[in-house]
Amino acid sequence: MATTKSLSRGVAVVGAGMSKFGVHKDKSSRDLFVEAYQAMSASVDRGFDLAEIEAVFVGNYSSEFFEGQGHIAPILADAVGLVPLPATRIEDACASSGAAIRQGVMAIASGLHDLVLVGGVEHMTSLSTAQVTDALSAAGDMGFEMASGFTFPGIFAAMASAYMHRYGMAPADLHSITLKNHANGALNPEAHFTQAISDIMAARMEAAIKNGSPLPEWKDENAFLEDEAANPFVAWPLRLFDCAPISDGAACLLLASAERARAFTDDPIYVIGSGQASDYSLANHTDLTNMRATRLAAQAAYEMAGVSPMDIRLAEVHDCFTIAEIIATEDLGFFAPGTGYRMAEDGVTARDGPRPVNSSGGLKSKGHPVGATGVGQVVEIWKQMRGEAGPRQVKVDVPLALAHNLGGTGSSCVVHIFERR
Amino acid sequence: METAPFNLASFYDFLRQKRLMGTRCTSCGRVWLPPRAICAQCRVSRMEWIELPGNGRLVAFTSIYVAPSKLAAQGYDRQHPYCVGVVELENGVRASARILGVDAAHPETIRIGALLRVEFPSGGQTNEVFLTFRAMEQ
Repeated sequence: MATTKSLSRGVAVVGAGMSKFGVHKDKSSRDLFVEAYQAMSASVDRGFDLAEIEAVFVGNYSSEFFEGQGHIAPILADAVGLVPLPATRIEDACASSGAAIRQGVMAIASGLHDLVLVGGVEHMTSLSTAQVTDALSAAGDMGFEMASGFTFPGIFAAMASAYMHRYGMAPADLHSITLKNHANGALNPEAHFTQAISDIMAARMEAAIKNGSPLPEWKDENAFLEDEAANPFVAWPLRLFDCAPISDGAACLLLASAERARAFTDDPIYVIGSGQASDYSLANHTDLTNMRATRLAAQAAYEMAGVSPMDIRLAEVHDCFTIAEIIATEDLGFFAPGTGYRMAEDGVTARDGPRPVNSSGGLKSKGHPVGATGVGQVVEIWKQMRGEAGPRQVKVDVPLALAHNLGGTGSSCVVHIFERR
Repeated sequence: METAPFNLASFYDFLRQKRLMGTRCTSCGRVWLPPRAICAQCRVSRMEWIELPGNGRLVAFTSIYVAPSKLAAQGYDRQHPYCVGVVELENGVRASARILGVDAAHPETIRIGALLRVEFPSGGQTNEVFLTFRAMEQ
């Protein structure tokens, strides 16, 4: 369709940090954003002068729904001392802060700015699960798609049914994603859940002994994940442990022009590819077993970066549901359609495997404060590429990494590719 | 010829009149559901309403165990799930819809490919209207 697009000048990440994702009943979006900003500031090797920042882009899905607060960008800018800079909120549902990164990248590549703050934030846990279900459903087409009673998990569950029908995957094949991402999250102190599934089983067993209730008879982790009492259905075939949790959290990046990047650090991470695409509601997707928006966003990012899927050593992908990670790893070109779940089962995407996916724990275990997720993914990439991921540091060297951030029912997707030189 | 505006309000008005209607681009012939004023295939703004086939097949589905608050208020919950899915009509047009006539509490018994027929809303004008299909075979 179009010729390959390029950035007019280079852009680099020179700092990245996040709040702990989880349940923060006593904090607001503003408090969490301040924590993320402070973590980001601490990560800038040579430090920076606040007065050098020129603009603020913040991803946030719906502070109106969740906290009754609209127009949150200037409030967040104020909280970190950046008024009177231009401050803009970017909204693309769960892809909001991936889209905010893209706005920051474009602002620098255009020459308009040299240093910008890009953040993402969401505070979701003050609402009930039913209210959050309503709020997230609103990221679909409320007039038609969701009117019949679809929910957000329901959309991905329906995709799973079509995928199982076409490729012969069984519902139990989804467990490998849950097990892997919880194992990774257990090593991430900033994750919402810092327990492997085996840890959760042990804790429940201990509680049953303590309470004198009947002891569960799980022979292994898969049996736990198949237990209706321990892991009930949300939208068949998706169970509770197939779904990312409802989380609070914030994340921040400092983006600089490539020519200025080394003023802040000897080890910047360059943004070499950026792609974004949209799509129809689910029923009008060209294929119910993949996400065209992911494929198009990835294609644009790969072309801009001049790299192929096989060059990517590490990826953070949008596993809002287990099936979403499987489909994403196929749409991003890592694996052939219909084989993503087998690759996960075979350990290819494990933290110590040849192509780690969601070493952070992913949305499933790290948590999914929706507006913060896209930037949160890049915080992990920053740490892994620089060798700062501690006990969860991947075994492979990571010169190239990819972040995949999906919005709504797959109707938005943002992909970024990063290089360490 | 129908002259109703090419929008969702018209679609639901037709549905209340027991008519399943979509829009067809008079330039390229592509049929769209939900209805739209501008063709996303050829970008021309010359639509017409057409009656859609009431028969189709189930191509994707789920049973919803955690309902949105509106449906939770109607009694749907983990013990009382309901089925929604994507229907492909005989002319290839797809839509998301509530699926009746299946055992939502036993989703493993629901088959992709099941034949479905549109079920029009009953009740007064004030009732909330949404697209519903019923399984023809069980």
